[in-house]
Amino acid sequence: MDDNVCISIRHVSKTFGKHQVLSGIELEIKDGEIFGLLGPSGAGKSTLVKQLAGLDTPTEGENFLFQQRMPSLSLMKRIGYMAQADALYEDLSAKENLQFFSTIYGIRGKKQRERIREVMELVDLSAHLNKRVANFSGGMKRRLSLALSLLHEPELLILDEPTVGIDPVLRRNIWDAFYDLNKRGTTIIVTTHVMDEADKCDRLALMREGAIIAVGTPEELKEKSNTNSLEEAFLAFGGE
Amino acid sequence: MKVMALTKRILQQIARDRRTMALLIAAPILVLTMLHLVFNGEDYVPKIGLVDLPRSIESQIDDTGAEIHVYSHEEDAMKEISSGELDGYITFVHHSPGITLEGSDPSVNSAAIKWIRSAFEPLQESNPKQEIEISYVHGSSDMGSFDYFGPVLLGFFIFFFVFLIAGVSFIRERTTGTLEKLLSTPIRKWEIIMGYVLGFGLITMIQSTIIAWYSIYVLGMLMEGSFWHVLLITLFLALTALTLGILISSFANNELQMIQFIPVIVVPQIFFSGLFNLETISDWLSWIGPYTPLYYAADALRDVMVRGEGFPAIYLDLLLLLGFSALFLLLNLLVLRKYREI
Repeated sequence: MDDNVCISIRHVSKTFGKHQVLSGIELEIKDGEIFGLLGPSGAGKSTLVKQLAGLDTPTEGENFLFQQRMPSLSLMKRIGYMAQADALYEDLSAKENLQFFSTIYGIRGKKQRERIREVMELVDLSAHLNKRVANFSGGMKRRLSLALSLLHEPELLILDEPTVGIDPVLRRNIWDAFYDLNKRGTTIIVTTHVMDEADKCDRLALMREGAIIAVGTPEELKEKSNTNSLEEAFLAFGGE
Repeated sequence: MKVMALTKRILQQIARDRRTMALLIAAPILVLTMLHLVFNGEDYVPKIGLVDLPRSIESQIDDTGAEIHVYSHEEDAMKEISSGELDGYITFVHHSPGITLEGSDPSVNSAAIKWIRSAFEPLQESNPKQEIEISYVHGSSDMGSFDYFGPVLLGFFIFFFVFLIAGVSFIRERTTGTLEKLLSTPIRKWEIIMGYVLGFGLITMIQSTIIAWYSIYVLGMLMEGSFWHVLLITLFLALTALTLGILISSFANNELQMIQFIPVIVVPQIFFSGLFNLETISDWLSWIGPYTPLYYAADALRDVMVRGEGFPAIYLDLLLLLGFSALFLLLNLLVLRKYREI
């Protein structure tokens, strides 16, 4: 096995009752990549990243992270996961939310104060540290969710639709934060159904109806399908 | 037209939520049935002891409507009262009858007195001026129903609110996604449950103290035993309510559905907690009692508050409450597997 493989998904299928959500997924994601999972809603993106985050298990096949089989509690320390919904305690302040989750990750005292300051700077929320989350705007909540998943300096960041419902300026800020983290060596997996966002990834997997229909860099995908945009490429690979 | 559209939409929504519909109909039926069975139960048959009565009198007593036991020594009858086998007994000292009652349940007291009065009617004809002297082992003739119901209600309300609040806050944790966020960290499932038990344990300790203090010292509820024992019992009961609330919340998708569980899980417990005499409840219903936590808490609370008993009388009830909590905790861990396997 290649040393710089971060994630290896081996023949993973998932069924809920009679409904097949994932079928025969094979995928390798390398260390230090920004990898995008692109597909319409219902394509199985969230189910797949939930498995990688240890929140779900495949019906068939196996997922390996850092050469170890998921789910595993020791691996979870090395992953940061941000779900589609903002998982925040609205009655608490931003600071209290950050304190709660950093304590769960075993970060205390001086280190905790340092990390809280760093992640809040990264997501540009330093001015709102003591505000109650209930008074945050949607964009601020999204950024706070991101800050929460960065507290423990994860080697792998799994982001489920991180910029959904966010205005273009803020989206660029968030992507700047991703590039920043990526430069420091963090591997990032992003799910999205927005084509121009997919263009920002190093490599992409196109997903449709629980299967991967193509993998490659955005340029490779456009070239292979003989198209000018990812949207056309997606349609071409989908056989329509 | 807008109103009609709205009405139609609401009807459609309810029709799709089959559980809400079942509860709208089944829950009132359930509660009404239980009330019917409880109130239309058989008359209570008092258990009366006759201690060393003169032959002539014993043969004249009409023993229908009571369970009669005959003793030759007063101590034996007293022992039976302590163990709950007897509601009261009659002695005959210096040719005048004396009655001793167990005394903690006013409804049993009045049933016993009523029977004794009618049984002694034929005797009183020959000796009309004779007054019967009544003494009580626990309580007194001026003990009100509230003194007897009080400990049960105290336990019930603590159980009810802890159950609801713990359940609803765990549902919030689930629906806001914070449970999933928590499970994406290396936290262990038992740590989540224990966090809840401790957090709410502290809150309920404060709650129980205030409610117990208020009932006893402000409302003047009968209090024969130690306040600390009352706190100990309510804390154990709250722990059971907490673990059960969290467990039940796993089967509800929102706060409303949690509330729907109240008439099914919480309210029926009150029927078996001694608020109504268990012996007059239909046989095909009364067996449920020993499977409900409130049954043991109410028994222990009454032991302490009405009968003034100490730790030896309540430790078994406390152990059983602890057993319920342990069982619910274990089931909670199993249910959490639904969200994360490890």
